[in-house]
Amino acid sequence: MTRYIRHAAAFCALLLLALLVNATRVQVVDSDSLDHNPANRRQAIARFGQPRGDILVDGRPVTGSKDTGEQLRYERTYKNGPLYAPVTGFASQVYGTSFLEDAEDDILSGTDPMLAPLPLWNDVTRAQNPGGKVETTIRAAVQQAAYAGLGGKRGAVVAIEPATGKILALVSAPSYDPERLSGTSRTVADAWTELNGWPSKPMLNRAIRQTYPPGSTFKVVTAAAALEAGVVTDLDAPTKSPSPYTLPGTSTQLTNEVDGCVNASLRTAFRWSCNTVFAKLGVDTGLGAMVGTARDFGFNDRGLRIPSSVAASNFDTTLDKAQLALSSIGQFDTRATPLQMAMVSAAVANGGSVKSPYLVDRTTTADGDVLDSTGTRTLRQVMSPGTAARLREMMTEVVEKGTGTNAAIPGATVGGKTGTAQHGVDNAGTPYAWFVSWAQGADDPEPAVAVAVVVEDASADRGDISGGGSAAPIARAVMEAALSGGAAR
Amino acid sequence: MTGTRAGSAPPAVPAVRVPRRRGTELALLIVAVLLSVYGYCDVGLAKNGTVPPGAAGYGAGLGVLALLAHLAVRLRAPCADPLLLPIAVLLNGLGLVLIYRLDLETPNDEAAPAQLIWSTVGVGLFTAAVLFLRDHRVLQRYAYLSVVTALILMIVPIFFPAVNGARIWIRIGGFSIQPGEFAKILLAVFFASYLAANRHALAYTGRTLWRLRRLQLPTGRVLGPIVAIWLLSVGVLVLERDLGTSLLFFGLFVILLYVATGRLGWIAVGLLLAALGAFAVGSLEPHVHSRVQDWLHPFASIDAGDGPNQLAQSLFAFAAGGMLGTGLGLGHSILIGFAAKSDFILATAGEELGLAGLCAIFLLYALLVERGYRAGLALRDPFGRLLAVGLASIVALQVFVIAGGVMGLIPLTGMAMPFLAQGGSSVVTNWIIVALLIRVSDSARSQPLGEVAR
Repeated sequence: MTRYIRHAAAFCALLLLALLVNATRVQVVDSDSLDHNPANRRQAIARFGQPRGDILVDGRPVTGSKDTGEQLRYERTYKNGPLYAPVTGFASQVYGTSFLEDAEDDILSGTDPMLAPLPLWNDVTRAQNPGGKVETTIRAAVQQAAYAGLGGKRGAVVAIEPATGKILALVSAPSYDPERLSGTSRTVADAWTELNGWPSKPMLNRAIRQTYPPGSTFKVVTAAAALEAGVVTDLDAPTKSPSPYTLPGTSTQLTNEVDGCVNASLRTAFRWSCNTVFAKLGVDTGLGAMVGTARDFGFNDRGLRIPSSVAASNFDTTLDKAQLALSSIGQFDTRATPLQMAMVSAAVANGGSVKSPYLVDRTTTADGDVLDSTGTRTLRQVMSPGTAARLREMMTEVVEKGTGTNAAIPGATVGGKTGTAQHGVDNAGTPYAWFVSWAQGADDPEPAVAVAVVVEDASADRGDISGGGSAAPIARAVMEAALSGGAAR
Repeated sequence: MTGTRAGSAPPAVPAVRVPRRRGTELALLIVAVLLSVYGYCDVGLAKNGTVPPGAAGYGAGLGVLALLAHLAVRLRAPCADPLLLPIAVLLNGLGLVLIYRLDLETPNDEAAPAQLIWSTVGVGLFTAAVLFLRDHRVLQRYAYLSVVTALILMIVPIFFPAVNGARIWIRIGGFSIQPGEFAKILLAVFFASYLAANRHALAYTGRTLWRLRRLQLPTGRVLGPIVAIWLLSVGVLVLERDLGTSLLFFGLFVILLYVATGRLGWIAVGLLLAALGAFAVGSLEPHVHSRVQDWLHPFASIDAGDGPNQLAQSLFAFAAGGMLGTGLGLGHSILIGFAAKSDFILATAGEELGLAGLCAIFLLYALLVERGYRAGLALRDPFGRLLAVGLASIVALQVFVIAGGVMGLIPLTGMAMPFLAQGGSSVVTNWIIVALLIRVSDSARSQPLGEVAR
């Protein structure tokens, strides 16, 4: 019997071996794929198990965390949710993250390996790092001026520091409070449905995710292309432009809103926004130069990130002459995000150098040790400093004695360009009012701020919507806030 | 039945007195109690940042129980194997820690106090068994009483309402008892006794032609009663839809039959029967069929959009533990939901103690089984040998069936992890098993040396 008992014992040992091998399979070999199974709640539990790191504006947090004691424990709170929603985005237990909450999620949630005190430290100790902080380039005063300026009208405002590319304001209206999406309760789902159902699309970040026909503000690009290509050498020379202008190859006649555009000089045409002159100028400059300049300003770039991805602005690369004429005055298929037009204005203000716009100044650990800081990065030199100076001259005249007088700031040099963009079938939609500008304080060596404003106010009187009327005052308020803040610094 | 003895069996040099090792047992018991108290404190520190208020009482209670059991052994089984009792105390203590730990997640459904009471009952019965059962051979006389009682215990729950699909419970007042657990011991006693008496007949009948006759079934006269018993018990269990216990009984039956007769034919027939039975039950019985489907496709419910099922949650828990575990109190095995404290208790151990802790637990069970087998090897009377092997095999099979089930190795069958899992009947049964193992090991180690076991 002894032999058989030994056999039975060996069988039991075999069972033990099977258990041990299987335990190794589940706990070591397959553990990674099991840990990352989307149905495994542990990642979410760990993710919300500690307060999320904060997003800072002017060194002060605009976010917070609330301990709910539930399974997904900490919920995101926002101190001034609607104001900063286009910057922060939301961090929801149910609907994920967006914008900075998404782009910097690893830092904020504490999973970024850079937060660990030592490499691989957390893999051994299973410790979780406290969430790091994200310091934005936003300046509260500028952001508030932009938000108040829009006053809930549909539209967007972007302000950039031309020399660096720092985004000083990023506003989209109407906005929403992202805190409504924090948590797991029924009200969160209701809020999500409600916010997505509104026709005004409050969760759409119009500043970077929506493109509009830029209308006459695109004439800055056309003028830059014409000057760089040498099509125009003297700002004051007549341009031999008829009015109305018959689009090449068609019988369609393009007219102006104002008189005095016949044969006007570039300076005059820019000041009064002559469609005929710029349509012809675009055709004279040629498709290649126009596309090249537009691309250098940032059009047709699908890869721009600030660090959230920015919708690509569009300037068609295959156009016939009639289409090119319309595209050159910011119509046809030409579309731009407010950020893109702010970049155009900033490039003019900054001597033709396009800086990569950015929203995150630096990221730090919870204790404030710097992990990463974003430096200024030059994307391209879109035009010579001379051309930029001549454009600044023309833009200044728009504000001093042209269509943009509403943007003038006493004691500061302000350059701008208005735009009124037709859209919709047969241009039946309410036009978009645009204003792009830059401002230089009296004591500043260079322009301190470049702004793009778009107002798409469906409720406003059609005749009242124009870049100079609706958008320029907002731009002025934003520039004033930026300039006074700059002086304070 | 050549009865050779290996070097590791009784010492080669006949000693005047076998070392009793009661001091070793006491020292190990102290370690086991301290480990459990440490785990208990660890849970409190991890969850609330303080040592749980009941830590001293818990430690004292467990210590008193362990001491009581130890004194009984010292008094009436002085030569017993010194490892058996400490392993049982450690596993029981660890089980209480894990249940207490899960209780913190379900404040409205506390299971640890009841488990502590059942453990006390278990240790009480252990003590009684050690004190009053002076010789295990007495049990041999009650073979047929055992089997009748076992059958009654298994049949009774059929008349009670099913709980979670299985008719294995008797509910009286607030208490629920799982009589099938006690039936295990009784069946082991019966199998051991019957096979000890009839093993020669079973082994030698019809063994004339080598290959053909070796696989041939013995005459019905010999085989009839035991197959009838087996069919009955398995039939009852299929009626009760308790696949795990059914598998356990079957495995026990085959192992004891093999040990008693040494005929591989039994294994072949047994495996064939098992395969047929498993196939039939697995494809016909919906409750079991769904378990097999879950085993084959543990994540099917996730793909179907219904979220992870219990097995998937259990696998997630084990995976989250990794090599070293999250630490007691820091895992999320409560996500398993229903039966987290009973059938799936091992997932909590796996998540919070990691592969390292899980291996340690497996090895504790393995050591328990090994000590049982060792007692079986050392004994000389066939009944004692079969009883020791049977009891040890119950533990081994049970651990395999439930641990394999919750870790996706075999289809999941509801069964209690010995000593660890919540369940009064189970913990009491396991204490009786350990008491019987103590008794046989005492007999094995105190018997006069020099005689060859046959």
